[in-house]
Amino acid sequence: MKEYRVSLPADASFALWRDHARAFLGAGVPPSLVIWECPSGQDDLFSMSETPLLPVRASGGRVTRDCLHLLETVLCHESVERFDLAYRILWRSRTERALLRTVTDPDMILARRMCHQIRHDVHKMKAFVRFRERTPEGSNTRHFVAWFEPEHHVLERVASFFARRFTDMNWIILTPRGSIGWDGETCVVTREICSREIVEDETEALWKTYYRSIFNPARVKVKAMRSEMSPKYWKNLPETELIPEMLAEAARKVW
Amino acid sequence: MKRTFSERLAILSDAAKYDASCASSGSDRRGAAKGKEKGLGSTERSGICHTWTPDGRCVSLLKILMTNFCIYDCAYCINRVSSGVERARFSVEEIVWLTLEFYRRNYIEGLFLSSGIIRSSDYTMEEMVRIAKVLRLDKGFRGYIHLKAIPDASPELLAEAGLYADRLSINVEMPTERGLNQYAPEKDAAGIRSAMGHMRQRMDAAKEKAPSGKRPARFAPGGQSTQMIVGADAATDQDILSSSSALYSDYRLRRVYYSAFSPIPHASEALPAQRPPLLREHRLYQADWLFRFYGFQFQEITESRPDGMLDLDVDPKLSWALDNRHVFPVEVNRAPRELLLRVPGLGPRSVTALLSARRHKLIRLDDLERLRVSLRKVRPFITTPDWKPVKLLDRLDLKALFAPPPKQLSLL
Ligand code: SF4
Repeated sequence: MKEYRVSLPADASFALWRDHARAFLGAGVPPSLVIWECPSGQDDLFSMSETPLLPVRASGGRVTRDCLHLLETVLCHESVERFDLAYRILWRSRTERALLRTVTDPDMILARRMCHQIRHDVHKMKAFVRFRERTPEGSNTRHFVAWFEPEHHVLERVASFFARRFTDMNWIILTPRGSIGWDGETCVVTREICSREIVEDETEALWKTYYRSIFNPARVKVKAMRSEMSPKYWKNLPETELIPEMLAEAARKVW
Repeated sequence: MKRTFSERLAILSDAAKYDASCASSGSDRRGAAKGKEKGLGSTERSGICHTWTPDGRCVSLLKILMTNFCIYDCAYCINRVSSGVERARFSVEEIVWLTLEFYRRNYIEGLFLSSGIIRSSDYTMEEMVRIAKVLRLDKGFRGYIHLKAIPDASPELLAEAGLYADRLSINVEMPTERGLNQYAPEKDAAGIRSAMGHMRQRMDAAKEKAPSGKRPARFAPGGQSTQMIVGADAATDQDILSSSSALYSDYRLRRVYYSAFSPIPHASEALPAQRPPLLREHRLYQADWLFRFYGFQFQEITESRPDGMLDLDVDPKLSWALDNRHVFPVEVNRAPRELLLRVPGLGPRSVTALLSARRHKLIRLDDLERLRVSLRKVRPFITTPDWKPVKLLDRLDLKALFAPPPKQLSLL
């Protein structure tokens, strides 16, 4: 039987994958015959022609709402494997009714692990975004900007959190995967790659004072801290640069 | 000389760090006001930790004292009147400002405000309530607010606090009344408990709709919590846990926090000068966890411990299993949920996964491995069609298989 290759951009959306998957499903192409790939490197990026869709012959059938949710989440993952896995689960779910509940199935184990990593990424983004003020002179709304580096394609998933929370100020979160912005009325998510902006904010000094003072040097537990706040996040957190100094000071005290 | 804002911030947050609680969870989920009257702040069901300090604690709230001046003399407290610590005070406006500025930068989920007692309990409580009120009503702030209530403040003030706060707490401080009398002579155990009872009634009432359909006034939807200091007095773990048991059931507390007594600068002579018993604190939290999520009763956990102290070598769940070997091994394909939860190495999440998996197939050892269960831990306590723990349970040295080598016992 014929093999199919699908080239997708690295940040391909759920909708783009779904269009291909639906067509394959309609044509009865089993997962083993589809190769999903993201061209890497600059040359490929320019020569890349997006694979044209297979003409849709028949509807791919229905999927349950749970399955759809799962696939949407899996598609936020960073790895290329996600396209293949999602199509396999979609394919199998039509005949294997209990697939989603079969917690010991290798595909489900992998899907669940991916979902877990995505939820983790979303959670850490909510926690570790740090806004810095850059209100232009004369403006009566306050403006803030943040830089964050998520590991997966999660901007659409976290946008509503920030939009619900910070409504009376203008803000933008820049990331290497796009941005989330709020102008007081609407929340806009883009997938355009951003670069970091350097902004100084005086209030950060008060935050560091607080961080240093709320620490109890009599109970140092560095491992616990690192397991919750992996050092990979430290470079974008203003307070973490104090850690070495705080530990050194704690070690000097005699209890 | 007047201290700078930053100096006062350092003093007043330093004084707040002995309170273990920093939770921002359990309130109603709400977002900031939209439309014309825009606001700031929302709450999430599960709370968010925005950073961690090197003591392994999460920073979720701006945890701060309004003032560390205090007219009382509680021996364990750095703010007691006889301590030589530097003193400072923030005004209502200053705390409101700081909370909002920190919040806007996504440093925090909200405010956890407590205070030393100045002038009188009512005066202090009134000022604290004013901070919460200004945040809510004048600034439209919808983030999380936790107020540490002053136990003998008037009931009207507590009621008002509940209107604005997500959570209220009163620290019982010492696990036993004797301990409290010894170390906090001005505090009154009965008064603390009656304030907690009073708060519980209001919380219950706020959840019930009146027959007229009218909604009752809001009262601290995030519930109440408390804290006990561990290791300052002679109370055993059994004393502490039986006190927790009463607190959870009588006042329906959301959380009881255990705070290993930390040596404080300017310590009172009456106190032990030692490193905080962190491992003991850890075991108490584990026991508390077993009560809240595993269906254990506190009494079961300490029952077989001769000195009323939890085993420091192994966690309380394993300790219970070793003392109750007749219960094991359990067959994972048949055992009910409650029993599976008693198996060392199985947590609520893996039990749920297991129950759902076994509806579709017979569970074998490699299935457990796929569910990411540690076989090393569970093996002595379970059977599967391909596994029987031959005599493992009879081994006298079973505990040694789990207990860490002694040198690792200190967490420091
Ligand atoms: S009343 Fe509170 S602040 Fe004052 S000494 Fe006692 S514990 Fe400390």
